Amino acid sequence: MTFLGPSPDEASTDVIQGTLDMLILKTLSLEPMHGFGIARRVEQISRGVFKVNPGSLLTALQRLERAGWLDAEWQQTENSRRAKYYRLTRAGKKQLEIESADWKRRASAIARLLNAEG
Amino acid sequence: MSLWRQLTRGLRGLTKQSAADQEVADEVQHYTEQATAELVARGLSPEAARRAVQLELGNATIVREQVRASGWESLVRTFFADLRYAGRQLRKNPGFAATVILILALGIGASTAIFSAVSPILFEPLPYPHASRIVMIWDSGGDSGSRLPVTFGTYRELVARSRSFDELAVMRPWQPTLTGALQPERFEGQRVSASYFRALGILPVMGRDFQPADDRPDSLPVAILSRELWQRLGGDNQIVGRQIKLDGKLSTVIGVMPSAFENVLAPEAEIWAPLQYDTSLPPDSKEWGHHLSMVGRLRPGVGILQVKRELDTIARTPVPEFHRPFYAALDSGLMVNSLQADVTSGVRPALLALIGAVILVLIIACVNVTNLLLARGVHRRSEFAMRVALGAARTRLLRQLLTESLLLAALGGCLGMVVAKVGVQLLLALSPAQLPRVDAIAVNGAVFAFAVAVTTVSGLAVGLIPALQAWNSDPHTALQQGSQRTAGGHQQTRRALVVFEVAIALVLLVSAGLLLRSLQHLFAIDPGFDSSHLLTMQVQTSGDRMNDDGTRLRFFEQSLEAVRYVPGVSAAAFTSQLPLSGAPEDGYGVHFESSPTGKPDADNGADGYAVSPGYFQTMSIPLHRGRLLEEHDTASAPFVAVISESLARSKFPGRDPIGQRVRIGPADEPWYTVVGVVGNVKQASLALSQSDAVYVTSAQCRIFGDDAPWLVVRAHGDAAALTPAIKNAIWSVDKDQPIVRVATMDELLAASAAERHFALVLFAAFALTALALTAIGIYGVLAGSVAERMREIGVRSALGATRSNILALVLRQGMALTALGVVIGLIASFAATQAIATLLFGISRLDVVTYLGVIALLLGVASAACWVPAWRAAQVDPSITLRSE
Repeated sequence: MTFLGPSPDEASTDVIQGTLDMLILKTLSLEPMHGFGIARRVEQISRGVFKVNPGSLLTALQRLERAGWLDAEWQQTENSRRAKYYRLTRAGKKQLEIESADWKRRASAIARLLNAEG
Repeated sequence: MSLWRQLTRGLRGLTKQSAADQEVADEVQHYTEQATAELVARGLSPEAARRAVQLELGNATIVREQVRASGWESLVRTFFADLRYAGRQLRKNPGFAATVILILALGIGASTAIFSAVSPILFEPLPYPHASRIVMIWDSGGDSGSRLPVTFGTYRELVARSRSFDELAVMRPWQPTLTGALQPERFEGQRVSASYFRALGILPVMGRDFQPADDRPDSLPVAILSRELWQRLGGDNQIVGRQIKLDGKLSTVIGVMPSAFENVLAPEAEIWAPLQYDTSLPPDSKEWGHHLSMVGRLRPGVGILQVKRELDTIARTPVPEFHRPFYAALDSGLMVNSLQADVTSGVRPALLALIGAVILVLIIACVNVTNLLLARGVHRRSEFAMRVALGAARTRLLRQLLTESLLLAALGGCLGMVVAKVGVQLLLALSPAQLPRVDAIAVNGAVFAFAVAVTTVSGLAVGLIPALQAWNSDPHTALQQGSQRTAGGHQQTRRALVVFEVAIALVLLVSAGLLLRSLQHLFAIDPGFDSSHLLTMQVQTSGDRMNDDGTRLRFFEQSLEAVRYVPGVSAAAFTSQLPLSGAPEDGYGVHFESSPTGKPDADNGADGYAVSPGYFQTMSIPLHRGRLLEEHDTASAPFVAVISESLARSKFPGRDPIGQRVRIGPADEPWYTVVGVVGNVKQASLALSQSDAVYVTSAQCRIFGDDAPWLVVRAHGDAAALTPAIKNAIWSVDKDQPIVRVATMDELLAASAAERHFALVLFAAFALTALALTAIGIYGVLAGSVAERMREIGVRSALGATRSNILALVLRQGMALTALGVVIGLIASFAATQAIATLLFGISRLDVVTYLGVIALLLGVASAACWVPAWRAAQVDPSITLRSE
């Protein structure tokens, strides 16, 4: 998915394959925001662990919007620029629940495996 | 919901592409600005911030492309881009494009046309409910087991004794004259038993069907009309119950058939009436002759084999209630065929062979196009290599090539539909009269689907090979080899394809050659009379007056007299049946009083002719013995007959038949004394050897005289030119008598071989197409090979090879391929000609002359195709070739 190649900054990595959708949905469940806002929020909350590739992000936003999980709307920003704001839909909320439950189940399974002693 | 979004967003991306693109661009732009603003806010200079963002974001264009390419609409966009690119490629190479499209159009068009014509005849069920249950029944008592129409007695016996049928019906042709509303005119019609329409399963749309009560000798005359005839009579909705005048007698219309009723047993018939035969007549009366076709509808669950067994049993076990005359003793049993098989039996082998031939043409067309595309693939190898090197995914390349192939196939398919439409028209124009269900032939929806399928399959097949080659080629080597220095492995494929083409072309050429030789043999056969300068026509009688035998006879005598006075006429005569006219034969049991080989119960049938004296002279049928029929052989004179040589030989081997007595037909007929023997005449067709015939004068004829005899006129010059004068001469006697079926004897002769001729024309067309395509294929491969070996050839001539050495080198290469193809083709031909075996006449399907001729033709054309590239190779100037590298 990466097209920039590994960042020189080893501290941040690309979003784990397949989790970008979930991260977007989660971020938008807090409040509607535009593309850059989503990217920054993901970076902030993950404390810089995840870095969002803009190409992947915008592509994912288009896909999620078409899937009916997000609504998109062009709005005026504070500094009177046009920006595309995304908002979670009811279907998106349900999808977030499914994906996060699924993720938790898998993450705890991996954690158990890694903690196993023998 | 989401599907709806997918669709609307995607369509918006397609229809309002610039607006959609702008939105993506705006979003990316906004993203960049935000990122920059943030960095500036953190204290970077705007310049440094922009650079940092640039670094993080990468190329904004790529981001935009990435977003744009994610939706399904981008696939559509790519497809159109591919299509545009393919179109440009073809325009850049119009000669190539035109050749490929033309070849595909020929292949697709020809196969669609043949399929259109053949499908309703062979494959589609006949247009009747449960058509597979309808069968035809024939008497097997003909010469060498051939089929005969059944007698009325056999019909009555089967109706009473057979348990296999829901309905059993008989019919015979009928040509009534309708007077009153229209000009006196004869219509084609049928006299049928009451169960006829029920056997076919189609009932009148207006009025009622025939009932058994209508089919008695004392029943009131009734008739059912075809929808077309009803419309021509005015389309009166109240017609049921009205009376029309048929043959001068009032007849009540009781029904009208639906317009969709397709009468395969008598496609021309427009009017039907019950037979109204008298079942109490003595079993030997004239209504008991072999003149009825029998059709039956099997009970559900009864198979053909089952009914065959039952009819065999009935035929073997006569019962006293149903007396069988000797000529209808059913000794050879009865024959049962499904109606479909029955109406198509004559043309089935020819049509199946045509399907085979047209498939070969289609294959050869596809092979040729593949070859052309392969050759082009070679030229475009460096283009592909360049695109791969520039980062084109190989799937993308494959898709591009397939798009090109499909575009070619689609264009070929469109043009092919045009070819098909024209082809069907040509087929109909060429089709022999025996071709059943001609009205049902048209380029229809199923055929269109077939054409599209063929187009797609051939497009994919053709596109696959070059696409796979591009796929497998290593861009590194391909770029290096851009200078065409070496011949690659693709030459192997192309050579194999050319060998394959040559083999197929040989099979088609051999088939066409065999048919051509058959037709030559056929027309070399003496019909037994002189067909040149002979005009024929049928003179019908109509009107009440003509019901009187005397009036009718006088009309014919006076007409003949008038015709003989027409300038340019050297002789004229009437006959009740005309050789090679295609009309049903008029055959009768012939019984000689004292033939050493004739058993009264097992005498063969012979054609019975009622002729006017002068018939033999007009036809130039030679007299072998005794005398001809003469003017004084009138009704009051002793009854005399002339027989054919074949009949004389079989009945009186080594003895003189003159003076013997012969009876024609039932036992109540009079004896005729044989006064002469004439040469054999081909009655039914040139290909059939049967020629037993008995001739009597019309005046002395009791049973097979007709009220619509044939007039034959021998002209001094051009026979056809006399037509108007002869018609006028007859109409000067009585202007109300219809004259139909005017044709010269030469035309009839050609028509009698129409089926073989039809097959020959098509096979010849296919074979020549195949030959031309093969020549193009050979030329293409050799030209490609020479172009690629330019340098090698240059080296050879620099090292001392003469021009003739080089010429021979290339020719040898081409002819080796051809020779290999010929060998394979010969083996294939031995097997394939089985399919046309029934169409051959007078030659074996392994006829050496044909094979040698065809091989010579193929080698000649192949060497001509080889010559051009070979000559070009020989002209190579080594100094130029070698320096150009």
